[in-house]
Amino acid sequence: MEKTADNKTKEIKVIVFRLDTEEYGVDVQQVKSIERMEHITRVPNTPNFVKGVINLRGVIIPIIDLRSRFGIEENVYGESTRIIIVHVEEMEVGLIVDAANDVIDISEGQIEPPPKVVGGVEAVYLRGVAKLPERLLIMLNLDKVLNSEEMKQIAKFGE
Amino acid sequence: MEMNQYLSIFIDESKEHLQHLNETLLMLENENENISLVNEVFRSAHTLKGMAATMGYENMATLTHEMENLLDLVRNQKRKVTTDLMDTIFKSVDLLEKMLELIINDGNDHLDASDIILQLQEISSGKKSEQKQKISTKESSGQSDVCLFNDYEITVLLQSIESGYEIFQVEINLSKESVLKSARAYMVFRETEQHGEILKSIPTVEEIENEQFDSHFTMILISKVDQETIKNEIMNISEIEMVKITSIPKDKLLQSKDQTEEKEAPQTTKINNEPNNQNTNTAKIGGKTIRVDIERLDELMNLFSELIIDRGRFEQLADELRHGELQDTVEHMSRITSNLQNIILNLRMVPIEQVFNRFPRMVRDLAKDLNKQVRLNIIGAETELDRTVIDEIGDPLVHLLRNAVDHGLEEANERIMKHKPEVGEITLRAYHSGNNVFIEVSEDGKGINRQEVLNKAIEKNIISVEEGKNLTDQQVYHLLFSSGFSTAKKVSDISGRGVGLDVVKTKIESLGGTVSIESELDKGTKFLIQLPLTLSIISAMLVVIGSEKYAIPLSSIIETAIFKEKEIMYAHKQQVIDFRGRIVPLISLKGILAIPETKRVENDDVSVVIVRKGDKMAGLIVDSFIGQQEIVLKSLGTYLANVFAISGATILGDGQVALIIDTNALIK
Repeated sequence: MEKTADNKTKEIKVIVFRLDTEEYGVDVQQVKSIERMEHITRVPNTPNFVKGVINLRGVIIPIIDLRSRFGIEENVYGESTRIIIVHVEEMEVGLIVDAANDVIDISEGQIEPPPKVVGGVEAVYLRGVAKLPERLLIMLNLDKVLNSEEMKQIAKFGE
Repeated sequence: MEMNQYLSIFIDESKEHLQHLNETLLMLENENENISLVNEVFRSAHTLKGMAATMGYENMATLTHEMENLLDLVRNQKRKVTTDLMDTIFKSVDLLEKMLELIINDGNDHLDASDIILQLQEISSGKKSEQKQKISTKESSGQSDVCLFNDYEITVLLQSIESGYEIFQVEINLSKESVLKSARAYMVFRETEQHGEILKSIPTVEEIENEQFDSHFTMILISKVDQETIKNEIMNISEIEMVKITSIPKDKLLQSKDQTEEKEAPQTTKINNEPNNQNTNTAKIGGKTIRVDIERLDELMNLFSELIIDRGRFEQLADELRHGELQDTVEHMSRITSNLQNIILNLRMVPIEQVFNRFPRMVRDLAKDLNKQVRLNIIGAETELDRTVIDEIGDPLVHLLRNAVDHGLEEANERIMKHKPEVGEITLRAYHSGNNVFIEVSEDGKGINRQEVLNKAIEKNIISVEEGKNLTDQQVYHLLFSSGFSTAKKVSDISGRGVGLDVVKTKIESLGGTVSIESELDKGTKFLIQLPLTLSIISAMLVVIGSEKYAIPLSSIIETAIFKEKEIMYAHKQQVIDFRGRIVPLISLKGILAIPETKRVENDDVSVVIVRKGDKMAGLIVDSFIGQQEIVLKSLGTYLANVFAISGATILGDGQVALIIDTNALIK
């Protein structure tokens, strides 16, 4: 019991970004950097949401469009479009988001289990929803979003 | 304990010593009179013992200690190198290897070594070998006992005889129930010494003191007292089961002196060779080398790759700006980076010896298991290959060698019937040629039976009867690489479970190499592996398709050509061209890579890159060629593993990413 109490008060830093009209958050520890849009080299025979790869200071990084990943209608990339480079275990992936605008502190206790669907995103991809004063932050579960097993499945369908 | 920092050194050095042990033991097996080899084995075991003890690996230390004891006896010529002894020492080395494996994986050496230790002790104490030796002694008229004397001892004995002494061989059996064996033995010694001088004892006095003997020991006594007296005195000591005293006459000693001399004659020639051996060894170990963590080399390689990319960028900028001095400087930089590239690539090169040197042992064991006689020749072990390739090539070679021993070579009686030498020969050869390394595995066995392979392939539904008739021998041999194929008539646990050759082929292709077979019935079979020197920087042709740039590895390109639209023909709805009299299918990269249609320039010319995979060819249609360039191979990462027809990516001079086309996936 004590442990959960500890967890509930534990503060985490969260990168806040926008996708369509909703605000999302990822743990800052999983974020390597935030980049402006740049030229993306298309990789053929990959799922639609994989936009290709970029050269990030000598490292090749795959880029996925998060709107497309979650089945939200794709948008023309604009001035505010950002690529958030995240890493899950050994894997580095860039996520295209509509805007990245904030870093905030929240406590674990503020995160509640996700409802079935939030803003069109299925609950499996979510860690929960953080209720903040005057705003709602959807916390992503990157392990699920970047599930490489699922990628392989999709790749097979593509063939 | 702050031992961690030494652990990797310990592991590396132990590996080296174990390898050295294996090699030397194999040599010793063939020339078992060569004491300098025994000395080498002893030294390796001794060093291992020391290192293991320092690191606190008790089991390893105990086992090596026992090996050392036994080897010490051998090198002092108190034990002979017998098959039994060799097998036991080989087994000990195997166990040591397992312990090291365990240390690497789990950080401890908790393996039960008591069986082997017991065997080692038995041989040391003479229980096993001595008994055997004694049987053979009796068969061969009791001569070899005397052979246990060295030159010096024989001289002493002869002199004693001349001064009127007699030489006795006193054999003592203690009672099996005796608890204080060494104490009893001590009493025997004390008693005997009152009657004369004990020249030597077998086992040695130290060993007897440490109770490293069973219940039997022998003394050589120089004395003037008669046999009966000595015997009675000794029998007075309790727990003595048997005393046997034989006199050794002078002529027997003289005889054995001749023998030792004869025996020593060839040995001296070997000793003459020794300094050379040692020189090469010390050169290997004591040369001006340092150990570098492979990760650091990888890091160096990565950083250098970035430099190559920047060099590309500089070259491009200098060309655009047309600034003379800048161009000169960039050119100079290009030359230096080329040199640097050679050096760095060379740093990562390791002699293939690392892989080869475990094979003699493996082939020996295999041959023993299969009851075949095999000689393994290794040529070109010094050939160097990129570290990454070295790490991967071991398993395929193991497979091919197992195949050679198991399926390739006939059994001895079959070979005799065919008028071939009884001992089968396997040759493992590595050499450089151009930008490639070749590795050959050949044997002088039965060769591949075309019909047998065809029948099997038809039976396994790999091809139809009709197809089989038109295949060339090469194509038939290649059927062996199909998955689910095995021609061995009887399934053994060595190879021939239907997996194997296809795995070999896949592995080698994944390394950017190829494998081919040559074979002649009853003469033998040769597997030829061709591998690229390095995997990290390759030459490639850059091409443009639509608005995208792609790289095609030069190693798979035969040439680039431009055809007229009207030269394209159709066969079974497939676009083909006539390339030097050969019909080559055309592949539209635009289609396969789903490249978005750009505004088409009206042009009658079709640019084609002719690529090959084995002896198959294909023409890849592109929009235009950019040119040849050194590119740095980069992976697309785990997220995008296994993208069809793409083997990786590279960064171009302008910082953009170009994908590398996997031509092997395109040719079916």
